[in-house]
Amino acid sequence: MTMMQDSWMAWRDEVLTYGPGFLTATLVVLGVTVASILVSWVCGLLGALGKQSRWPPVRALASFYVWFIRGTPTLVQVFIVYFGMPQIGVKLSPLTAGIIALGISSGAYVAETIRAGLAAIPRGQLESAQALGMSPRTMMVRIVLPQVFRIILPSLTNEAISAVKNTSLLSTITVVELTLYAQLMIATTFRPFDFYIAAALIYLGITSILSQLSAYFERRYARLS
Amino acid sequence: MIDPSVQDASKPLIKIRKLRKSYGANEVLKGISLDVHEGEVISIIGASGSGKSTFLRCLNLMETPTTGFMDFERFAFDFEAGARRQPTPQQLCALRARIGMVFQSYNLWPHMTVLENVIEAPIQVRRLPRKEAVAEAEALLQRIGLYEKRHAYPSKLSGGQQQRVAIVRALAMAPKVMLFDEVTSALDPELVGEVLALMGSLAADGMTMLLVTHEMAFARDVGTRTLFFDGGVIAEDGPPAEIIGAPRSDRLRQFLRRVLHEPACLGLPA
Repeated sequence: MTMMQDSWMAWRDEVLTYGPGFLTATLVVLGVTVASILVSWVCGLLGALGKQSRWPPVRALASFYVWFIRGTPTLVQVFIVYFGMPQIGVKLSPLTAGIIALGISSGAYVAETIRAGLAAIPRGQLESAQALGMSPRTMMVRIVLPQVFRIILPSLTNEAISAVKNTSLLSTITVVELTLYAQLMIATTFRPFDFYIAAALIYLGITSILSQLSAYFERRYARLS
Repeated sequence: MIDPSVQDASKPLIKIRKLRKSYGANEVLKGISLDVHEGEVISIIGASGSGKSTFLRCLNLMETPTTGFMDFERFAFDFEAGARRQPTPQQLCALRARIGMVFQSYNLWPHMTVLENVIEAPIQVRRLPRKEAVAEAEALLQRIGLYEKRHAYPSKLSGGQQQRVAIVRALAMAPKVMLFDEVTSALDPELVGEVLALMGSLAADGMTMLLVTHEMAFARDVGTRTLFFDGGVIAEDGPPAEIIGAPRSDRLRQFLRRVLHEPACLGLPA
């Protein structure tokens, strides 16, 4: 009885001591994830449309973007933005640099996803829109993108799961997210197993919710088509 | 057949002169000239590759002719490269809004309901207030007996129903002319009738129509004029009774025999 009581007290102390820190770190993870996803959608849309552009230089730029990002480690991209950019006069806070780097990085994958989604829209649907006098812009906004969005939603959710995990890379540029918070606590408590497991479980909680969401979208899309 | 007063209204609705269309070295249309008068129902027949679909697509500029002239309402185009009266992107959209076109595959937008499909272009292109667009669309759907299906998604409709909605979607733009590009070719035989019936009722209302078709009975009974395309030119042009009923050239006789399978049914020489 006393032993159980003791361990319960010990647990309570742990949660009270490290709980708030973990909570803050988790909020940082969520904030960075959401912000970098928004950046990645913009980059991805520009990349996908750029690859289909009429102008060769735009196509080349979009292809270079996707090629470069997919062919280099995300960690190096984070370093380039945070450590590299100041050398050419662009100094960013760790958080801003991290969000931009992760967004641009994920954007290349989103671009490929969107490109595949665009290719999945039958030509005839665009033709009938064109025949009704729709401008290319209206066609894009009203006919193409809503459908593409539905098609790529499951892939986008998977990309969001990667985005969550990639926030841990920002521990290397002093953003106190989950991984760095765990490291800092380990430095004073010398309990790496406990703290890394705790961090891992929180990541797992977030990504599990997202994969449930992805499965839901997949079922829903299957019903619509 | 052709109302003489319409023919006398000397100014044609659409005037096409010396229209040519090439894809690289391949010239598909080799100089087409045609006057389309208001209320005419023109069937275009011909073997595949004779240029009939390309011609139809040139009429609402889904394809840009290589050279030639076209007059329609306020539009007067000269397609010659570098010509001053080449259509601008804005003019392309404005002309297409006046000339409806329906294709072989119905191409309804799957993420919108039947009603949303019909009101989309009137709202986005004609800038009609939503309420008016809905009222017009509902009236049109009522007319084709699909009012009850207005909140259904296209995937829940039969091919014939989808094609009728596609026709109504084009009509909702209040076009001056309707183009039909083999609109019954993709349908199961038992669904062809309902689509032809709708087109027939449009013709009866006086809609100016051009249709590429293999439905010879429709061309003969509903059409006011038949064009036989052969090798990128209009080889024969006249009333259906003459063109289909009493073909002059060997080429047309051969073509009709192939299409109709049974020469006897139209009294063709076997």
